[in-house]
Amino acid sequence: MPSRRRTPTKEMVMEAESTATSTVAVLSRLHPFVKPALPRIYGAMVVSLSASVVALAIPQVLQWMVDGPLADGDASQIWLAAGIVLTLGVLEAVLIGARRALVLTPGTYVESRMRNALYRQLQDLPVAFHDRWPSGQLLSRAVSDLNLIRRWLSFGLVLLVVNVLTIVGGAVILLLLNWVLGLIFVAAAVPVMIYSFAFERKYSDVARRSQDQAGDLATSVEESVHGIRVLKAFGRSRYALKRFESQAEQLRGTEIEKAKAIAGIWLYLTLIPDLAFGVCLVVGVWLASTGASSVGELVAFFATGTVLLFPIWSLGYFLAMTLDAKTATLRFFEVMDAVNTIEDPAEPRSIADGRGELSFDEVHFRYQDAPEAFSDLLDGVTLTVRPGETMALVGLTGSGKSTLTALASRLYDVTGGAVRVDGVDVRELRRDELRTRVAMAFEEATLFSQTVRENVLLGRPDATEAELREALEIAQATFVDELPQGLDTKIGEEGMSLSGGQRQRLALARAIAAKPSILVLDDPLSALDVDTEALVEAALRRVLATTTALIVAHRPSTVALADRVALLQEGRITAVGTHAELLSSSEHYRFVISSLEGEEARERALLDDERDEDRPTAERTEEVTR
Amino acid sequence: MTDASVRGVGGEERDDFSRAESKQIRARSLRLLGSLVQPMRARLVLSIVVVVISTLSQVAGPAIIAYGIDTGLPALLNADWMPVAFAGLAYLLSGVVGATLIAWFTILSARISQAILFDLRKRVFLHTQKLSLEFHESYTSGRIISRQTSDLDAIRELLDSGINQLVQGVLYMLFTAIALFLLDPASGFILLAALVPLAVLTRWFQLRSQRMFRRTRVASARLIVMFVETMTGIRAVKAFRKEKRNEAEFGGLVEDYRDANARVIKLFGVYDPGLVLIGNVAVAVVLLVGGFRVIDGGLAVGVLLAAVLYTRRFFDPMEDMAMFYNSYQSATAALEKISGVLEEEPSVPDPEQPVDLWESAGAISFEGVEFGYTEDRPILPHFDLTLPAGQTVALVGSTGAGKSTLAKLISRFYDPTRGRVTLDGIDLRELHPKDLRRAIVMVTQEAYLFSGTVADNIAIGKPDASREEIEAAARAVGADAFIRGLPNGYETDVNKRGGRVSAGQRQLISFARAFLADPAVLILDEATASLDIPSERLVQDALQTLLADRTAVIIAHRLSTVSIADRVLVMQNGRIVEDGSPAELIGGDGRFAQMHASWRDSLV
Repeated sequence: MPSRRRTPTKEMVMEAESTATSTVAVLSRLHPFVKPALPRIYGAMVVSLSASVVALAIPQVLQWMVDGPLADGDASQIWLAAGIVLTLGVLEAVLIGARRALVLTPGTYVESRMRNALYRQLQDLPVAFHDRWPSGQLLSRAVSDLNLIRRWLSFGLVLLVVNVLTIVGGAVILLLLNWVLGLIFVAAAVPVMIYSFAFERKYSDVARRSQDQAGDLATSVEESVHGIRVLKAFGRSRYALKRFESQAEQLRGTEIEKAKAIAGIWLYLTLIPDLAFGVCLVVGVWLASTGASSVGELVAFFATGTVLLFPIWSLGYFLAMTLDAKTATLRFFEVMDAVNTIEDPAEPRSIADGRGELSFDEVHFRYQDAPEAFSDLLDGVTLTVRPGETMALVGLTGSGKSTLTALASRLYDVTGGAVRVDGVDVRELRRDELRTRVAMAFEEATLFSQTVRENVLLGRPDATEAELREALEIAQATFVDELPQGLDTKIGEEGMSLSGGQRQRLALARAIAAKPSILVLDDPLSALDVDTEALVEAALRRVLATTTALIVAHRPSTVALADRVALLQEGRITAVGTHAELLSSSEHYRFVISSLEGEEARERALLDDERDEDRPTAERTEEVTR
Repeated sequence: MTDASVRGVGGEERDDFSRAESKQIRARSLRLLGSLVQPMRARLVLSIVVVVISTLSQVAGPAIIAYGIDTGLPALLNADWMPVAFAGLAYLLSGVVGATLIAWFTILSARISQAILFDLRKRVFLHTQKLSLEFHESYTSGRIISRQTSDLDAIRELLDSGINQLVQGVLYMLFTAIALFLLDPASGFILLAALVPLAVLTRWFQLRSQRMFRRTRVASARLIVMFVETMTGIRAVKAFRKEKRNEAEFGGLVEDYRDANARVIKLFGVYDPGLVLIGNVAVAVVLLVGGFRVIDGGLAVGVLLAAVLYTRRFFDPMEDMAMFYNSYQSATAALEKISGVLEEEPSVPDPEQPVDLWESAGAISFEGVEFGYTEDRPILPHFDLTLPAGQTVALVGSTGAGKSTLAKLISRFYDPTRGRVTLDGIDLRELHPKDLRRAIVMVTQEAYLFSGTVADNIAIGKPDASREEIEAAARAVGADAFIRGLPNGYETDVNKRGGRVSAGQRQLISFARAFLADPAVLILDEATASLDIPSERLVQDALQTLLADRTAVIIAHRLSTVSIADRVLVMQNGRIVEDGSPAELIGGDGRFAQMHASWRDSLV
């Protein structure tokens, strides 16, 4: 498999840079999605903070007990102390439970909302966007990234805030218990904070890279599955594996880099509090020896400090999680911020009576990333397909025929001129209306893993049974009746492998069943055998008698369906007329469509061969070569 | 004994397995896990040693504080600084050692988990490549993708934080418990008693969550299937206004997934506070019992303090452990699905004792071959056929006559149900895969392009080809001109122009691929369908040279191809009904003569 230089495209990087601001600014963009859950998130923070307060209160009870009942030997008070500790303990568990109940379910709703929004946006974005974005990158955003964000919201965010507040609160308690020891502890926070800033920068970078690489890996997986026939036919599975391996290896390297960054901050977060504690121990004992502090105070100090250790250690974890969520959010908004260049107009017009006229008026088109030195792919196409007329579009491979047909239903928008349906610019129609009037059959038939019926009725789910049958019959797709469950056979999931010709016929039936006023067919019969093709053509003629049609054609037989033929050459329509007219008037047309000359020559060769019939095969082949 | 109902990917969408089925699935996923961990043993031992030492030094903390207060303070009152200084230094030292080792351990365990993931990724990738087309056609690409993405994510989550949490957590708890026992056995027993409700609670969580997690895997796979399908078929989605309907359907799948997730989370929402509760009750009991003992004089205050701290600390990693267990359950559900895919036997397996064939002449022979997907519906009934080396054979017949199936038998996309297919007398099933693929190449109608440059795509035919060879191949099939017309010529990224290399141009590229591969047997299955007539003519001229010294099977609807064939086979309903030279058949009055006549009429 070819090398994959799928570092994010230039645009992607630029988009990322323009929005690369502070972590808080990035994450606050989640606000619209999170808004409904916000009260509960705040609630969870309060509850969670209460849990921490409760946890911090337990050592204070210990202090009271050591300095009070234990020193006095008052046994009755011990029941009281243990009772308070127990109550606090139960309260803590209840509060933790409450936090989960409050925030976790809403978190899953936030994730759903974002996933649906992403899907909606992706379906809305034009085909040009999808040409540019590898689908694995989209998939990783829709699944892994949103998962990350959800977990951060319902878990990371709450605990990060609560842990920071707990640490601050704990530090205040430590200061109140003993300001000398407390200060030592607080001073230790300074280097940790400095290191955290450096960590943020470094980790964000690695996290982003890891997510992008995971997306690339997903793309590779997708291609290896979609291209499995090619890989098998050439025996290139090992080769594909090698490519995949090198990508997976990259991702592994990035993940280890990530681990090193985390190890770095953990080192600081465990080492520094421990060092501070060590100093506190010596100083504390000394203070107690001078009478400046009580044993109970020391006990409470260390017990409080111990409660703080876990929140401190976990800061590293939550910080990393926050940064993961930040880069995931950036990636999410790269898609959400993509400008949709093909939208419904603000004041849509409507076609009152659809006669079905399709006209191209000085249409120019070029792909966005085409180099400037290249002239427009469509360089001023002017063509009118009259209502009810069937127009064949003929031209060399790569001349822009498929592109031209895609303009009719606004899969792409023209870069100059206009495409009009019944005199109305297609950009002034709602896409929904336009695509109801114009139906397409693509050369590469896309079938969805649904039933045959659903696939054929894609454009008009409410069609009657008779209309469905009619469409199937016209497209010669009645083979579906022989499938295990007939029309209700699920394609793709029941071991159904349809041949290319069968798929094409279903796609054709789909376009016919949609009953559009304009039918656009992109080489719809290429995979059919001669007999079937002839049958389809005969049946199509009935439909085409009343429907406007633009048919991309390679074969004379398909052209024969048409009332007129348009010849696309170097980005312009250079000739329009009947097949016979063009044959006599256009040399290029003869070159493109006429196989007669060549065939006759071949035929002669064949007849020559016949005379040499008794000669051995190998020699004969040689002769042909010569 | 194994249950066929859950073998491989069977029963994958269910979550209500019987006890035996559940056991079987668990066993196979644990086997997989075991085989993944196996090569990591040495590193695992090292990382455990590291974490043992680091945890020891962390656990030493409270003991040192107790020593500092109980011994250091009285000593200092007697102006003896030694014990306090010792305690302080020991605490510092334990801090440094603990922290450094923890950091090292973090990196070590990342290396281990990444190595495991890497191994698993490769295995799944390679295995899916080995599985037959039959499997792929029924399993759908989306599910394979979800196995390799979201399921692997679940396993990654476990490995990422899981190993840390597990090893550290278990050791921390173990050492804390030992330290507690050494310090004060009575408190130790209280802790031990607390383990009973803990085990009960965990078992409850395990049973409930197992099923829920399976449901999340199924839900996420469905979601991915639909997502991938929408994005792959975006043109059709737009052209037929499927967006709204898709939104509703996808919304339903998203909701299923959300619901499955929320259920798991709710279970965990009971489990986690439950653990905290057990821990806190234990602390209260230790305090109560210890308090009385201090008053009785049986226990030093410092020891009581340490005992309470230890008990509290014992439960500190509990939340982490619970989370580990949660991700473990989630990963096992994923592992169940992945191990299912890995358990699928390729229906076209590589030979166990492959026969080498360094030079192939290209003689193909079908001996008593029968083929059908199921016993009762034969696609190709019993037949014999010999294609001598160097012969060019055209295969014609209406769609669905079995032409492609015959071609797929030659290229071993399928194996025959009965009989054998041979290359130079060697059964394809025994032939070394490298020789098979080098000798026999098939070009299909769907010319798939992988992302990368045009040159890269042609080079699939021969990965080590030089630029000259690539360009020569392109020239030979008449693709050179259009490739040079692309923005960056051979270096044009098809990803950027992927949608815009037209279907015909893609076919030319895939022809160049085959040309470059230079096989002894070339199969062309409708490989020229999308070409315009001038290009087709070029390709046919190229074919004359290309096919001169090799065996070729050409399936084409346009009978112009037939003129370069030595022999024509006409197929109908899976049978070969006519066999002869083109001239013979055209001259006769059979099916081919009719087809040829109607095709001639269709020409201009």
